[in-house]
Amino acid sequence: MSGAAAIEVRDLTVAYRDKPVLWDIDLTVPPGVLMAVVGPNGAGKTTFVKALLGLLPVSAGRIRFFDAPYEASRQQIAYVPQRGSVDWDFPTSVLDVVMMGRYGRLGWIRRPGKREREQARDALARVGMDAFAGRQIRQLSGGQQQRVFLARALVQDARVYLMDEPFQGVDAVTERAVIDLLRALRSEGRTLLVVHHDLQTVEEYFDRVMLLNVRRIASGPVEQAFTTDNLRLTYGGRIAFLRSANTADAADPAAP
Amino acid sequence: MEHLFSDYTLRMVALGSAVLGVVSGGLGTYAVLRGQSLLGDAISHAALPGVALAFLLTGSKTPLALMIGAALAGWLATLWILSVTETTRIKYDSMLALTLSVFFGAGLVLLTWIRQRAGASQAGLDTFLFGQASSLVWRDVVAMAIPGGGALALMLLFWKELKLLAFDPEYGRTLGLPMRRVDLLLTALLVVAIVIGLQTVGVVLMSAMIVAPAAAGRQWTDVLWKMVLLSAGFGAAGGVTGAMLSSLETGLPTGPLIVLCMGAIVAGSLFFAPNRGLLGQRLRRRRNAGRFQRETVLLDLYALGMQHADPLRPHPQGAVQAMRAKDLPVDRLLMRLNKEGLVRRAAGGWGLTDAGLRHAETLRKERQ
Amino acid sequence: MTQAEIEIQMLAVVVAAACALPGAFLVLRKMAMMSDAISHAILPGIVAAFFLTHNLNSPLLILAAAGTGVFAVLLVELLMSTERVREDAAIGLVFPVLFSVGVLLIARYAGDVHLDADAVLLGEPAFAPFDRLVALGRDIGPRALYAMGAVGLANVAFVALFYKELKIAAFDAGLAATLGFAPTLIHYGLMTSVSITAVAAFDAVGSILVVALMVAPPAAAYLLTDRLRDMILLSVGLGVVAAVAGFQAARLLDVSIAGAMASAAGAVFAIVWLAAPRYGVLAGRRRRRRQKWEFAEKMLAIHLFNHEGLPEEDTERRVGHLEEHLSWERDFARRVVRRAQSNGLVRQANDDLLALTPKGRAAASEAITNL
Repeated sequence: MSGAAAIEVRDLTVAYRDKPVLWDIDLTVPPGVLMAVVGPNGAGKTTFVKALLGLLPVSAGRIRFFDAPYEASRQQIAYVPQRGSVDWDFPTSVLDVVMMGRYGRLGWIRRPGKREREQARDALARVGMDAFAGRQIRQLSGGQQQRVFLARALVQDARVYLMDEPFQGVDAVTERAVIDLLRALRSEGRTLLVVHHDLQTVEEYFDRVMLLNVRRIASGPVEQAFTTDNLRLTYGGRIAFLRSANTADAADPAAP
Repeated sequence: MEHLFSDYTLRMVALGSAVLGVVSGGLGTYAVLRGQSLLGDAISHAALPGVALAFLLTGSKTPLALMIGAALAGWLATLWILSVTETTRIKYDSMLALTLSVFFGAGLVLLTWIRQRAGASQAGLDTFLFGQASSLVWRDVVAMAIPGGGALALMLLFWKELKLLAFDPEYGRTLGLPMRRVDLLLTALLVVAIVIGLQTVGVVLMSAMIVAPAAAGRQWTDVLWKMVLLSAGFGAAGGVTGAMLSSLETGLPTGPLIVLCMGAIVAGSLFFAPNRGLLGQRLRRRRNAGRFQRETVLLDLYALGMQHADPLRPHPQGAVQAMRAKDLPVDRLLMRLNKEGLVRRAAGGWGLTDAGLRHAETLRKERQ
Repeated sequence: MTQAEIEIQMLAVVVAAACALPGAFLVLRKMAMMSDAISHAILPGIVAAFFLTHNLNSPLLILAAAGTGVFAVLLVELLMSTERVREDAAIGLVFPVLFSVGVLLIARYAGDVHLDADAVLLGEPAFAPFDRLVALGRDIGPRALYAMGAVGLANVAFVALFYKELKIAAFDAGLAATLGFAPTLIHYGLMTSVSITAVAAFDAVGSILVVALMVAPPAAAYLLTDRLRDMILLSVGLGVVAAVAGFQAARLLDVSIAGAMASAAGAVFAIVWLAAPRYGVLAGRRRRRRQKWEFAEKMLAIHLFNHEGLPEEDTERRVGHLEEHLSWERDFARRVVRRAQSNGLVRQANDDLLALTPKGRAAASEAITNL
């Protein structure tokens, strides 16, 4: 089937124990786009990404990548978890962590070898961390940790990248480097779905957006979906204050 | 030392403790890195009813039978901890404490039951409380070495999977590796490591053999395989030393002696390890603080000079001191700077040398 | 039961009740393993004080040992503050070392006095009736019963006096600090209470089984109620049940009393774990089975609601579509639709098309706003 969506989510419902955290989500992500997932704390953004990755049991709904179920397309999908999800005091080196991205392709028992090491070095070079390959991970700054995670996903050489808050708590230089990398990946035809928390940069960074708060409030091209009305629906009353600081409110023609 | 090679008992004791130390130190690395240090405590206590039941069922005290019983009980206890924490709101720590004490209590009931029925023939089961290394014979050492070696071999075989499990299991799942099965494998290996130590160290203190070598090894390196090697080495060293002491000084139980040796190794590592050691850290801090103070004085001298449009112009020590709090030892700092060739004694007090001027100028840029 | 047995039974009950009080807060504060650490770490304190006083019942011994318990907590916190080891490893290092010191002291110096490591570890309440307390020339009962009773009363006083503080510290230490409740003080108060209780009880039940009595009844109570007051009362009650059942079983089978009490505490917990009305495994399974249907009906309603008035509405409303999009099995989808119909949430319009009833629409929009 030609022109299959990179990610196709239909009526996805996820519940923790008995309490639903995502309700009846529909989403179509065409290939080759850079898409943000935004929503308030507790809106289920991380849950959504984890559900796509099969890390959480799904109560109902259907998820397909390039018109195939997740299990069949696993090698096509790379994941960048939140930086805080691991112990950075773990005794291992930057290069080692990046090589973990190849473990899935290696399969059981086989050790990473010279080829994997080269791939890891290439990925590190792409995120500007080649000088850090031998460094212990506990010596890294927050921004550097984030780049290592990105490099780990890069060596997976995937068609779809799912990222959970890659801009969280990084310095301005890293933020620049990360967005450049994401754009480069998009221009290679890869699809990126990125959980994002900074509303101010959504319009600048992304070409598509999904507004999420347990339900999907809106999704589509940024200029269509990222409207003040939709934001108010997503965030409640708080958004009026948040948005008033943003003068370049091109998405909302009604704004003064 | 001569004893070690001539005396059969001592040789067995040393050999057995070394095997145990290597296995528990190596595998303990993963337990400590995953924040499961106390799981070992639960498993070892839970092994007691297994030992007693194995004796009741088989009527034999062969190490293999008792170990299998212990392993099954330890394994069962782990599953029970997992299933309760997964199905209810009971927390992990509660389940650890509950399981270890309840299983231990059940073991005690069984032991007293055996004592009633079997009379004196249960002697020897009691050593499982605190361990009795001096009773080790060749058969025991073999019974420890085979499962222990097997566990280490599996650890090496699944090195990459275990590393991923300890570092980032969720990511491992997205790569398509069945991390839950790897988790069960690691727990099984841990059970093996604990069970082979019960006769030597005893159920009460066995968990220290899991935690201490790894905690010590962690201080010396930031590389996983080196940490595993070091932990295994520390485990063997502590085990052998403790067991030897126990065999020489008759009457002292082995377990506590081994634990004290391990404790000393941990304390030593915490203080003296080169990078993470507390002593090194303190020295480094003091050195940095000293350097910072000297640089401050250098910059002050520079600033004083600039007020007169001549950075090399000397100033009396009192003028430099006046710029800072009274307790800053300006005299000592100036002497040090002098020795480093950055300031010189002159008619009007202290002045910058040419090198001092260059250094002050770079510092000024850095600190801005 | 003989007089002695009645006395042992009473002692067991008092021990269980006294342990349950601080235990409830340990369980709530996720510090259950601290009871294990403390009960082991007090051994060197007991031994040292015993050398000084030659009396296992001396108040000095209780104080010295309790001091060691608090010292162990301090040591754990000191180790953690170096940031070189994590909490679990710090606990796992401190208590075996302290316990080993105690065991070695006993083995080396106390060989022939009636204090041995097995006794400390295992405890034996059967000896309690032999040590009588004599007041004004009259035998008024076993000394241990009075000692344990005093500790129990002290625990009751501690919990009653600082109930509010303990409660806040258990649920939100940060909040407690901002409200000026000195969580550190409460923390060490609790640790002291645990230490004193462990010292007083080691004679009767030993240092490992005291952990069972401190953790198992409160853990069981935690599955039975959401209220702190009820949880404390239930902990005490369940502890007493375990003490009675354990002792009677031990008497019947002629086995270790302390071991039987710990086993009984475990059995009580296991029963509650299975059968607790709200948080038990069986109830959970039952509820999940029921909620699976309710949840599915609600999902159906919300699904229809979300697509109402949208261009794709007609496809989304088909029963066959549910199988495809919600990943429901055909049978399951049919049954959900039938249940939703009989509950008046949806109605089947002509050929396979579903529509929400006003009731269903109300249910859906209520479910959405409650999210």
